[in-house]
Amino acid sequence: MTTRARGHSSAGPLTYAALALVTAVSLFPLLWTAVAASHDSARLARTPPPLWFGGHLPHNLRVAWTDAGLGLALANTVLVAGTVALGTVLCCTVAGFAFARLRFRGSRPLLLLTVGTMMVPPQLGVVPLFLLMARLGWAGELRAVVLPALVSAFGVFFMRQYLSGALPAELVEAARVDGAHTGRVVWHVVLPAARPAMVVLGMLSFVQSWNDFFWPVVALTQENPTVQVALTGLGRGYVPDQAVVMAGALLGTLPLLLAFALLGRRITGGVMQGALKG
Amino acid sequence: MTATSPATPTTPAAPTTGTLPQDPPASRGARLHRWDVRWGPYALIAPFFLFFAVFTLLPLLYTGWASLHRIELTAPERAEWAGLHHYARLLRNPLFWNALRNTLVIGVLSTVPQLLTALALAHLLHSRLRAATFWRVALLTPYATSVAAATLVFSLLYGRDHGLVNWVLGALGAGPVDWQNGTWSARLAVSSIVVWRWTGYNALLYLAAMQAVPDELYESAELDGASRTRQFLHVTVPSLRPTILFTVVVSTIGALQLFGEPLLFGGAGGQKGGASHQFQTLGLFLYEQGWFTYHLGRACAVAWTMFLLLLLIATGHGLARRLLRKDG
Repeated sequence: MTTRARGHSSAGPLTYAALALVTAVSLFPLLWTAVAASHDSARLARTPPPLWFGGHLPHNLRVAWTDAGLGLALANTVLVAGTVALGTVLCCTVAGFAFARLRFRGSRPLLLLTVGTMMVPPQLGVVPLFLLMARLGWAGELRAVVLPALVSAFGVFFMRQYLSGALPAELVEAARVDGAHTGRVVWHVVLPAARPAMVVLGMLSFVQSWNDFFWPVVALTQENPTVQVALTGLGRGYVPDQAVVMAGALLGTLPLLLAFALLGRRITGGVMQGALKG
Repeated sequence: MTATSPATPTTPAAPTTGTLPQDPPASRGARLHRWDVRWGPYALIAPFFLFFAVFTLLPLLYTGWASLHRIELTAPERAEWAGLHHYARLLRNPLFWNALRNTLVIGVLSTVPQLLTALALAHLLHSRLRAATFWRVALLTPYATSVAAATLVFSLLYGRDHGLVNWVLGALGAGPVDWQNGTWSARLAVSSIVVWRWTGYNALLYLAAMQAVPDELYESAELDGASRTRQFLHVTVPSLRPTILFTVVVSTIGALQLFGEPLLFGGAGGQKGGASHQFQTLGLFLYEQGWFTYHLGRACAVAWTMFLLLLLIATGHGLARRLLRKDG
């Protein structure tokens, strides 16, 4: 990533100005969320709108955390997104390895099926999914949102593409000749080779699951919500206090923003890597 | 495409059984080994396909079946054959056409500016830049913001009486806009949320593709005295065509299923998409049919119609790819 086109001119002041402008537009709504969350609702209902922080932030955060259930929602979301990321990485890595390096009957049609349905939005199946969860008695429970998200066709394709390049066929064969069974090959050869792509896939799945919207809103209730469901409750007027709504939006976004700030280079690199493979 | 492993699965196992037929433990090991080589791959793909079939493929197929039946949310186990009734009804329903139109309009309003801006941004990011990582992370922060959080903030910013946007417009001498209740203003506002969230992400996709363009192309263009703008138009954009096509398809599919932004922008009765359904998308229409009027069969018909539209997009994508390949 550090290799830069040598024939490329370095950025002039105009480039920096344009980037600064777009960055400001990108960051402003987030900053203003914090500003709005630090006033009371009476202040938000006056013109001109506040442009600097007020003193109500701790109070609003506390109300959002307890009354609007953001505390429970955050804990739930960490659990859901963590499980989803872990499951996606494990299932997709071994399946991607099988498609990249093993020969078996039906591998081509199965891979085609996977790639062909990669783009189909899962929300088109919400009605049967809802009926299924209701029948199983899982509606409103976290497993109703975890299970459908636990694997991803994109993940299989992504890992297959990565391992096709990063895992030499000879390495797998050598292990085979030494008499290693499939489980040993996966553990000692595949997982070490796949680690960089597993990290990328894990991060992408975590972000996606954290922000997953349609199905959780349909499947869960305000009693046991994820962050997105709780924020939807806020937005649809269950809590009429706008300042508290903003405090909730802030709480629901902050963990991912912190992760992005800490892991910046890895995450941007991951998105760009995912792009090349996809 | 690169999986050209020369090993046929049975070769390592066969000689073992052949040379040591009398030795019971070895032959048992060999049998196990052969069994493992044969069935191991299926064990590896089984977890994925199990979940994929139960929670993605079957629901999708069942949606098609259910769209031909009358099913109510209140008694979902009773399904009556309805034939194409739901589809005929859908085509006669002005609200369906309204939702389709809104989806297309908001789709264009959000996809076109988003991808054009992203392309320009990627071009800026591709130059030799100080603090390159900072710019990238900053542009990606909207992607880290969820639909719900983003829409809640934008709804407040677009408030009619005390919103920041109207305050700025007022300072510039323009009258206040009733963003939520106007037709075009609401569509614009909803689109702006999509643009805000996805522009930086797409810019990074384009940047990745730009970095893969061979330097020699730029060097020879520079030798020919091409300006940066000309290099962008004649070297960068043509090299990026596959990526551009890919992002067009992904954004179009995203636009087709737009749901969270209009739902939350609409406040308490969000599933209607505004007082006169002026920003009700197909996703919202599906939700309203299924969970507010309790007609699951009709909701499935909407879902299956969206699926057909998706196939149309995919076909278009395939055709475009073939044309591009012919071009060179």
